[in-house]
Amino acid sequence: MAKRIDVSGLTAYYSSHKAIEDISMTVEPRSVTAFIGPSGCGKSTFLRTLNRMHEVTPGGRVEGKVLLDDENLYGKDVDPVAVRRTVGMVFQRPNPFPTMSIFDNVAAGLRLNGSYKKNQLADVVEKSLKGANLWNEVKDRLNKPGSGLSGGQQQRLCIARAIAVEPDVLLMDEPCSALDPISTLAIEDLIGELKERFTIVIVTHNMQQAARVSDRTAFFNLAAVGQPGRLIEIDETERIFSNPSVQATEDYISGRFG
Amino acid sequence: MSNAVVQDTRPPASAPRKGSLSRRGLPRWAGAAFGAAGIALGCGIGLVFGLDSKVQWGLISAILFVLISYVATSVVENKRQAKDRVATSLVWVCFILALVPLVSLLWTTIKRGSKALSGDFLSHSMNGVTGFEPGGGVYHALIGTLEQVGIATVISAPLGLLTAVYLVEYGKGALAKAVTFFVDVMTGIPSIVAGLFILTLMLMFELKPSGFMGSLALSILMMPVVVRSTEEMLKLVPNELREASLALGVPKWRTILKVVLPTAIGGITTGVMLAIARIAGETAPIMLLVFGSQLINTNPFDGAQSSLPFYIWEQYRVGSDASYDRGWAAALVLIAFVMILNLVARGIARWKAPKTGR
Amino acid sequence: MASITTNTPPPPAAPAPALRRKSTGRAGDKVFLGLSRGSGILLLVLMASIAIFLSVRAGMAISKDEGNFLTTFDWDPAAQKPVFGIAVLLFGTVVSSIIAMVIAVPIAVGIALFISHYAPRKLAAPLAYVVDLLAAVPSIIYGIWGALVLVPYLEGLNSWLDEYLGWTYVFEKTEVGVARSLFTVGILLAIMILPIVTSVSREVFLQVPRMNEEAALALGATRWEVIRMSVLPFGRSGIISASMLGLGRALGETMAVATVLSPSYLISLHLLNPGGGTFAQNIAAKFDEANQLGRDALIASGLVLFVLTLLVNGAARLIIARRKEYSGANA
Repeated sequence: MAKRIDVSGLTAYYSSHKAIEDISMTVEPRSVTAFIGPSGCGKSTFLRTLNRMHEVTPGGRVEGKVLLDDENLYGKDVDPVAVRRTVGMVFQRPNPFPTMSIFDNVAAGLRLNGSYKKNQLADVVEKSLKGANLWNEVKDRLNKPGSGLSGGQQQRLCIARAIAVEPDVLLMDEPCSALDPISTLAIEDLIGELKERFTIVIVTHNMQQAARVSDRTAFFNLAAVGQPGRLIEIDETERIFSNPSVQATEDYISGRFG
Repeated sequence: MSNAVVQDTRPPASAPRKGSLSRRGLPRWAGAAFGAAGIALGCGIGLVFGLDSKVQWGLISAILFVLISYVATSVVENKRQAKDRVATSLVWVCFILALVPLVSLLWTTIKRGSKALSGDFLSHSMNGVTGFEPGGGVYHALIGTLEQVGIATVISAPLGLLTAVYLVEYGKGALAKAVTFFVDVMTGIPSIVAGLFILTLMLMFELKPSGFMGSLALSILMMPVVVRSTEEMLKLVPNELREASLALGVPKWRTILKVVLPTAIGGITTGVMLAIARIAGETAPIMLLVFGSQLINTNPFDGAQSSLPFYIWEQYRVGSDASYDRGWAAALVLIAFVMILNLVARGIARWKAPKTGR
Repeated sequence: MASITTNTPPPPAAPAPALRRKSTGRAGDKVFLGLSRGSGILLLVLMASIAIFLSVRAGMAISKDEGNFLTTFDWDPAAQKPVFGIAVLLFGTVVSSIIAMVIAVPIAVGIALFISHYAPRKLAAPLAYVVDLLAAVPSIIYGIWGALVLVPYLEGLNSWLDEYLGWTYVFEKTEVGVARSLFTVGILLAIMILPIVTSVSREVFLQVPRMNEEAALALGATRWEVIRMSVLPFGRSGIISASMLGLGRALGETMAVATVLSPSYLISLHLLNPGGGTFAQNIAAKFDEANQLGRDALIASGLVLFVLTLLVNGAARLIIARRKEYSGANA
C-alpha cells in the first residue's frame, strides 16, 4: 500500500522559468512529511510534480526522477492518469464537484474505473467517509449536493474522495489554509489517523501545524525572487524545530524572515 | 480505522493494474495516422462507388476516422482510453466539419468577387446599366451604406452610452432591472421585425421611404449592442478610481466624464465599432424602408437609396452571370468593410485595454 | 447622491462655507442623471411601442382576413376575399430552426471544447478570434453562398439520404427539383449560428474553475473524463442559453432563407422536397407586391415572429441569470 518516494535531481519549469532546481529527497512510507518555506519557494510546485499534476499547467515541464517504490513516475510509457490514481491529492481550497451529490463525489474515482458492484460502491463510500471522519455528519444526506457542506466538511469530503480509490500516497497542498481553526483541528486529527495507511506529504504555511502533524519536515527556500526554489534540508521534525543544521532554517523558523 | 478494514475496500478491478504505472500505449502520432487512414478510406470508397458529392466523401471519412480510433485504441490500450480517444476524434471532426463551409464561404467570395471588382466598380452606380449586361458598380450603394450606418451610429451611440452609464453608475431598483432585461431581449429582435416597426410608423404618418427610415431601424438593432458592450467596459473600471476622484470632492457627473469614461474609452470604441460592423450587413430593414435605387442619391432624408447588402440581394435576384459577378464583388467589398472594422476594433481593444489584472 | 459602491468614503470635509455653497456639481449631477435615466426609459418606451404599433396594425389586418389567421394555408391579401394564414410559416420557421439546432449545437460544443481544451495552445487564441470574426459575416453573404454554392453541393447528399433513409418518411424525396428545401435551409442556418453558439459555449467552458478540473485530474481521470465530470456539468446551462441565442437568430433570419428556399404554401414533412416558408422569408418575398392590407398582413406575421423570438431570448436570459447565482454560490 503505502509506498516510499525517492526523488533525485528534480527540476521543474513554467515555460522558460525555472521554479525549482535539483531537488533530491526520500519520503518514508506510513509517515507524514511536511514541506515548509516562504511563499514562492516552490514547495507546492514540487508537490505537484509528485503526481504529475505540474505538467497540467500550461508550459509546465519536469526533469529528473521520481521513484515510487522503484518505478519512475517520469519513465517512458508511464501513463500520467495511472500515476494520479496511485498518488491522490487534496487541494488548498476544497473542490468537491459542484453538480454531484456527496455520495457521487466520493464514488467519482471508483466510477471512473468502471468495474464495481452496486453494494460494494456503497460500502466503499461509507468506509471512505468514516475514514475522513465525516460519516456521522453526512450519513443522512448523502444525496444532497456536496457544495452545501461547510468549508471544513467539504475539505474532508475531498479527502474521502481521494482515499476512496485507495491511493499509495496522499498529497495535501495547504489543506487547511482556507479553513477555520476548529475545522483545521479536525483535519489535523484526521491526518494523524491516515498516516497509518498512507504515505502523506503536506505543504503548509503554518509552522505550528508542521510541528504538530509531521514526522519529518523539509525546508525549502529561494536565494532571491525570480530564482528557483531549492531544498535546504530535510530531517526529523523535532530536529528541524529544535536544532536545525542550517542557519537559514533556524532563521525562518524563529520568524526572522518569511 | 484499522488497517485491515480498509484493505478490503480496494476495488478488485484495479488490483491487476496496481504496481504498474505504465501501460501499452499508442504512439503520439496515432491520432494523425487514424485521421489519414480515415480520409484515405473515405476517398477510396467515394471513388469506388462513384459518389459524386464531396460532402459524402467527407462524411464517410469522418465516420471511419472515429471508428478506427475507437477500435484501434480499445484493442491496443483499454476501454477508457478508447473513449477518451473517440472524444478527441469527435472534437477534431467537429472542428474540421465546421471549417469546411466557413472556408468555402470566404474562398468563394474572394475568388468570385475579385472578378468584377475594380476601380470602376467602386466609383460607378448602376445608372443606365440593365441587370443582364456587365459593368456598373456599387458607388451608390456604398454611399447609401455609409450614410445610413453613419446616421444610425449618431443616434444610437450616445443613447446606448448614456443608458450604459445609467445602468452601471446609477442603476438601482426596478427601473434598472427592467432596462437590463429589455436590453437583453432587444439584442434578439430579428432585423426584419425592427424594419416592420419603422414601417408601421411610416404607414401611420404617411412617410416616404428614405435612407433615414433605414437608419432608424438600424439604430434599434445597434443600441442594445452598444449598451451591452459599454456596460461590460464600465464594469471593468476599478472602483478605486471612482473613489479616488469622489474623495477629492469632484462631483459624480464630472467623475464619470473625466475619470470613468476616459478609462474605458478604448473598450467602448471597440464595442461601437463591432456594432457598426453588425448593422452594416443588415439587408431586411433596408429592403422594407429604403426601397433601393440604381441611382446616386446623396440625401439620406429624401428618396430611395441603396446599400451594399441590399445591392447584393438585388443582383442575386436578377440572376444573370453579370449580376452574380457584381453580387459577389459587392459581397467582397462588404466582407472587407466588416472585417476591417472588426480587426481595427479588436486592435483598439487590445491596445487600450484597462489594466485591471484580468 | 446615488453611489454604486457600497464603501465609497464620503468626500472629505471642505471648508464650511464651501459646503453651503450651492455647487454647480449638484445641477450637473441632476442633468447627467436625467439624461442617462432618460435614455434608459426611452429604450423601454421603444420596446413597448414596438409591441403596441405592431399589434395595432396586426389587428387591423386580421379583422379583414377572410380566412383563419392561424390555420389558413395561403397568403393572398390582395384577392377579392383576402385570405392569409401563418400555419405554413410557423411550421417552416420552427422546423428549419430545429434542424439547424440539431446540427449546430453538438458541433458548436465540439468546436468550443476543441478551442478550450484540445487545440494546441498556440492555435487556440487565433481560432477563437477567427470564430468571432465569422460571427460578423453578414447574413446576405451566407445567403448567396448558400444558394449558389451549397445548394448544388447538397444534391448528392440529398439523393443519398432519400435512397438509404427514405423509409423514415422525413427523408423521402417525392418531388424532383433542386435542393431548395427546408432541410437545406436548416443546414445553412446551422452554419450561420455555429460561430455564435461556439463563442458563447467557449466562454463558459473557459470559466470552469481550474480547481474543478484538477479535482477530476487528481483522481486519475482522462481528458474526456475531466470534461464529462467537470466541464460539461458546469457548462450545461451555458450551452443551453448559447443554443437559445442561436435559436433566436435562426428563427428571425431573413436573407439566407429568402435566397435559398423556393417557397410554397404547403406543409410537408418530406423535408427534402423544395417548398415551405418562414415568417421572415415570407415578409421579404411578399413585400414588394403587397398593397396596404398586404403590408399589414405581413406586419401581423412579423408580430408573431417578434413574440416567438421574445420568448426564446427571454428564456435564454433567465437561464443565464440563474447560472450566475448558481456559480456565485460555489465560487
